[in-house]
Amino acid sequence: MAYDSRDIASFKNVWVFCEQRQGKMMPTSYELLSEGRKLANELNVDLCGILLGDDIEELAKDLGKYGADKVYVYDSPFLKNYTTEGYTKIICEAVQEFKPEIMIFGASNIGRDLAPRCAARLHTGLCADCTHLDIDMPNYKDFLREASTLTEERISGLGVIRLFGEDHDINMDMKMTRPAFGGNLMASIVCPRFRPSMATVRPGVMKKVVLETPHACEIIHPDFVLTEGDFDTEVLEVVKAARKMVDLIGADYIVSVGRGISKDIEGGIKLAEELADVLGGVVGSSRAVVDAGWLPADHQVGQTGKTVHPKVYVALGISGAIQHQAGMKDSGTIIAVNKNETAPIFEIADYGIVGDLFKVTPLLIDSIKKIKEEK
Amino acid sequence: MKIIVTVKQVPDTSGRIAVNPDGTLNRASMQTIINPDDLNAIEAALDLKDELGCKVVAITMGPPPAEGMLRELMAMGVDESILVSGREFSGSDTYATSQILAAAIDTYGIDEDDIIMSGRQAIDGDTAQVGPQMAEKLGLPQVSYAGEIKKEGNTLTIKRMLEDGYMTLRVKTPCLVTCIKELNTPRFMNVWDILHTYEKPLKVMDYEALKDHPLMDKSTIGLQGSPTNILTSFTPPLKGAGRILEGSGKETTDELAGILSDKHII
Ligand SMILES: Cc1cc2nc3c(=O)[nH]c(=O)nc-3n(C[C@H](O)[C@H](O)[C@H](O)COP(=O)(O)OP(=O)(O)OC[C@H]3O[C@@H](n4cnc5c(N)ncnc54)[C@H](O)[C@@H]3O)c2cc1C
Ligand SMILES: Cc1cc2nc3c(=O)[nH]c(=O)nc-3n(C[C@H](O)[C@H](O)[C@H](O)COP(=O)(O)OP(=O)(O)OC[C@H]3O[C@@H](n4cnc5c(N)ncnc54)[C@H](O)[C@@H]3O)c2cc1C
Repeated sequence: MAYDSRDIASFKNVWVFCEQRQGKMMPTSYELLSEGRKLANELNVDLCGILLGDDIEELAKDLGKYGADKVYVYDSPFLKNYTTEGYTKIICEAVQEFKPEIMIFGASNIGRDLAPRCAARLHTGLCADCTHLDIDMPNYKDFLREASTLTEERISGLGVIRLFGEDHDINMDMKMTRPAFGGNLMASIVCPRFRPSMATVRPGVMKKVVLETPHACEIIHPDFVLTEGDFDTEVLEVVKAARKMVDLIGADYIVSVGRGISKDIEGGIKLAEELADVLGGVVGSSRAVVDAGWLPADHQVGQTGKTVHPKVYVALGISGAIQHQAGMKDSGTIIAVNKNETAPIFEIADYGIVGDLFKVTPLLIDSIKKIKEEK
Repeated sequence: MKIIVTVKQVPDTSGRIAVNPDGTLNRASMQTIINPDDLNAIEAALDLKDELGCKVVAITMGPPPAEGMLRELMAMGVDESILVSGREFSGSDTYATSQILAAAIDTYGIDEDDIIMSGRQAIDGDTAQVGPQMAEKLGLPQVSYAGEIKKEGNTLTIKRMLEDGYMTLRVKTPCLVTCIKELNTPRFMNVWDILHTYEKPLKVMDYEALKDHPLMDKSTIGLQGSPTNILTSFTPPLKGAGRILEGSGKETTDELAGILSDKHII
């Protein structure tokens, strides 16, 4: 029978695209497997990884730790480097053969290149850059109660949508929640009429969970054919940034600097580094700092930078524009130092100090050092 | 040779945004601007025009007032524009949007040495999906996140930016490239083109004009043809405002360190 993305009942299982680069798994893949495990449990189905690359068998063996029941491995020199056409071909053929009901990708530059192309070929919907996924309706409603300003009446009334004059029950559809309009608005999206229901998920948002007893994970090598004729782009080189990138996403403590350091840029960055050292964390920044060339782009937190949730986020001389907040407002504890008491950052800070960062930061470093020594 | 650039008119989301009581956006209260990444795509196209003397065509799908944006682009040096507009197109998700734009571009015509350029992402829908989805519908190769573009004959050499570095790719035209802000700095309008913008051709394509194209099926365009549906939209609650500590001296930082330590945060 021909493949038909509308034949909902014929699709089953949750799939995660496990992205690797140069033979190393991207950390987001583990986050997605853990989230996928949750969804698969709610649906009572298998969690499967799909892994493409060259000589990647070893990576596949590890995935049971994150709850995968199966991994589909496509190993070929043609898949060594990511190409849109090679990866799209394999993934679309795999979906047509095995028919997963849900397929999630990391919203990395590669995931956001690949997933839309696959969704367009497979004739299904794709939700971009999600920060929350649910199947279970009561869980979804609890999430809305906490994360939205919707009234209880609206929330408890959710469950059925009108689609072209007919009622459609969305209880078993994946509810995909994402920020839009620069983080000013959240939207929950469903894909009720087609499968797989596809989503890209923002890196750093889902929690990686290592299982105490790994799943016995079956490794499957489906047949596939790739030839030179399948490719219309040629990868000339893959260059890794020489400098070690700052790991904002994995950090428990982040001290970020903003344009407020402008009167002594080096001094300001040095203070942030010292405070980060004392806390055991790393230095982030606003976009203004990156645009000015004071710190490289991998330090940027926000809508067009990284989304972080450290235990503690310290904002030094950052005004707290909505685009900056989009990347840090879910941090455990937010501390802001700003000389302007009306700066929007104070609206979301747990603790604020109104003052000059060049005076306050050295004192804060001393106070924290002292308290840590007393412990 | 020509370069077709897809451009979207978007609300300016950089300020605070007005939200209606039902959780939808109050668009009327927002100014519209040209999507920032699309200006980088326009600049990349005009750059190649300066170098190679090709034609640059801007295409947008939107309501009739989007003509104003197209005139602005022609005042920057764009040669021709297409406005894709129609009630049938409204409510389109990215799948349906790509379907319609691809049909319009294909109807206009793509030659061997043409390039389609898009922005990486629109600042309203924020999905970054329309570029790759149009490429799929047009059956063209795509290179997204372009940080550098060089053209030699029918070959483009492009730096595709990644989080941890970049990849250099070679691709033959026709192809679709999505552009990021790091690519260039968009130019301003210029006097000659401002004076001539109303003489430049602006074509309107409505449903009637496109309905015979194979991609245009009522079941794949507009709200009806969109695989995704918005279940609900909402604004996040303001985080319960924290406290501003008194003072900014040593007592204050000691107090803060004390609180953090008591709460086992540090
Ligand atoms: C589409 C789009 C995407 C964007 N994406 C991002 C993003 O990802 N991340 C991001 O950060 N921004 C982003 N921005 C930019 C954002 O709108 C702001 O312009 C930016 O965050 C401002 O950075 P800032 O807070 O460092 O600078 P400013 O807004 O200039 O704030 C500087 C602050 O420092 C304070 N200050 C000055 N001197 C001192 C001192 N000595 N001691 C203490 N405080 C002092 C001032 O009171 C002020 O509040 C984006 C914008 C757009 C339009
Ligand atoms: C709150 C909200 C959430 C949404 N979430 C989703 C979702 O998850 N999945 C989904 O499929 N749809 C979603 N949509 C619908 C989507 O925003 C529209 O389909 C929109 O027309 C295109 O998507 P975009 O704005 O994200 O564009 P992007 O895909 O980000 O745009 C990329 C580039 O494509 C070109 N382009 C895009 N639109 C046009 C146009 N109209 N004319 C000319 N060129 C254009 C531009 O060059 C642009 O830079 C959402 C809409 C809203 C309001």
